[in-house]
Amino acid sequence: MTQHQPASEKLWSTVIWVLVIFFVINLFAMIASVVVSSFGTRWLGTWLPAGLTTRWYSSAWDEFQLGEVLIVTFQVVGAVVFFCGVLGVPAAYALARRDFPGKNIVMLLLLLPMMAPPITFGIPLATVLYQTGFGGTLSGVILANLVPTVPFVVLIMIPFIEQIDERVEAAARVFGAGTWSLFRYILLPMLAPGILAALLLVLVRTIAMFELTFFTAGPANQTLVVALYYAVNAAGVRAVQSIDAMAVVYMVTTLVWLLIALRFVNPTQIVARAKRSDAH
Amino acid sequence: MNALTDTFEDGRRAASTQKRPLRMRLAQRGFDGVTLLMLPAVLFVILLFVYPFMYGLFLSFEPKKMATEGIFANYITFFNDPFLFDTIWKTLRLAVPVSILNVALSIPIAMRVRLMRRQRLLTTILVIPITLGTVLIAEGLLNYLGPQGWLNRTLITFHLIDGPIRLVHNYAGVFLSLLISGFPFTFLLTLSYVTGIDPSLEQAASTLGANARARFRYVILPLLAQGLAIAFCLTFVQMFSVFPSAVLLGEPAGSTRVISIAAYVAAFEEYDYSMASAIAMIMGFVQLLIVVLILASRHIFYRGPAGGAKG
Repeated sequence: MTQHQPASEKLWSTVIWVLVIFFVINLFAMIASVVVSSFGTRWLGTWLPAGLTTRWYSSAWDEFQLGEVLIVTFQVVGAVVFFCGVLGVPAAYALARRDFPGKNIVMLLLLLPMMAPPITFGIPLATVLYQTGFGGTLSGVILANLVPTVPFVVLIMIPFIEQIDERVEAAARVFGAGTWSLFRYILLPMLAPGILAALLLVLVRTIAMFELTFFTAGPANQTLVVALYYAVNAAGVRAVQSIDAMAVVYMVTTLVWLLIALRFVNPTQIVARAKRSDAH
Repeated sequence: MNALTDTFEDGRRAASTQKRPLRMRLAQRGFDGVTLLMLPAVLFVILLFVYPFMYGLFLSFEPKKMATEGIFANYITFFNDPFLFDTIWKTLRLAVPVSILNVALSIPIAMRVRLMRRQRLLTTILVIPITLGTVLIAEGLLNYLGPQGWLNRTLITFHLIDGPIRLVHNYAGVFLSLLISGFPFTFLLTLSYVTGIDPSLEQAASTLGANARARFRYVILPLLAQGLAIAFCLTFVQMFSVFPSAVLLGEPAGSTRVISIAAYVAAFEEYDYSMASAIAMIMGFVQLLIVVLILASRHIFYRGPAGGAKG
């Protein structure tokens, strides 16, 4: 802010940068060690593996049935994203446009599944799903994953919808637009960036959502992150490099979508969006 | 007869006149076709969040040993069996220090980063561990922190330690994984609160001769306290429900047998859903207790707008 800072302030800011850089270096080193290991032939007691190979990827692909796991993952994610849009966007529209008694209760109801950690409500939810026959099925996994994501979409979409001037809709009505054409030709194009951003965030969250899938998935419908957990938990049975290869497949799947998402949203939105609706 | 049809007509008229205003009255208060659009989502949350929670609550009072020990058997077992009861302390021993450390580190770093012009690169880097999730971080740290991992190797090369230190399959491993997965979340949340404070307030304090420490202590901190309390609560709740890293990086049978492991074992290894629900309820209750304590204590601090403008 000022040109001549006192020495103590300069020292302080150096300390802070050292901390940040230390954190980031460790983070990248951790990720790099997984990637290096997945391409290494033999890695014992040295800085780098003895040689490079890609055979762990083909062996991981066969050992962990990654093809099927990826198909299940995309089915789950696709269904979650679709139903989030169908349930979440209209609800957000209602909450953005109307003020009614009890609105605070509805907001609280939507905030709770987002804030409560999945483990806490995951066990009762899994119990109910198993009792109703959904446990261990693909639809059970999808239903469980929708619990935190539908409220997430609603809370992200509310400010987007509030930005759109209500008079635009009124004008369309005056020119004779019905509800469907109002939605199709006015709201959808104007909301598209917001919907895209919200659904991309849901997509990224669902790929990485471990607990709820873990509790509700049967052996035939594990997603990538759950399969990775089982592989790491049973380490010793499989080669470490094979597990690392699977971890790299998981990282690539997640990070590609994150990169796409970051073109449309500000990174702080991924964590900080809830708080704004919480504030009032 | 005539009187009867009259009353009938009257009744119909009354019904129709009442119906119209009712609909209009509802619309005036904000209930109309548009409001109904929220119903599917609200019903969904009630059906799959509120109902299971209530179901779990009631199920926890229907223990397997109900006939002999009564409806509180699960809770009595939990609080009398040290193997179960100690999971609360083991979880708190992880969650509280990590949450405090995360918030304490986030404040100075957020204060510095908000002055940066290009925050986006740093925030993008910090979003990566959140996106990858705890399972991948646990797997990565098993490599990185292991006895042959790069961290131990680096420390030995610089003669900071003589032999490899044990950082996996114990408390330290889980602590470090919570730090790596939790810090970005806490930091980004704190950053969004810090950037919400109008810089002109700090400039005003500066004009009046306050140095950096006084500006932070008397201007920033009181405005930030509210946000920090919420950031701490959200971080704590996440840390308290640690699961994959406590299993993969810790000692799931020993020092890092956290409460979520106990709940998982009860539900999916012993198939005692009633006991598992009881543990889940206890877990939720402890989280709620800490959150309420923190949010109640924030009344000590200033509450009001953090903007410099009127209103």
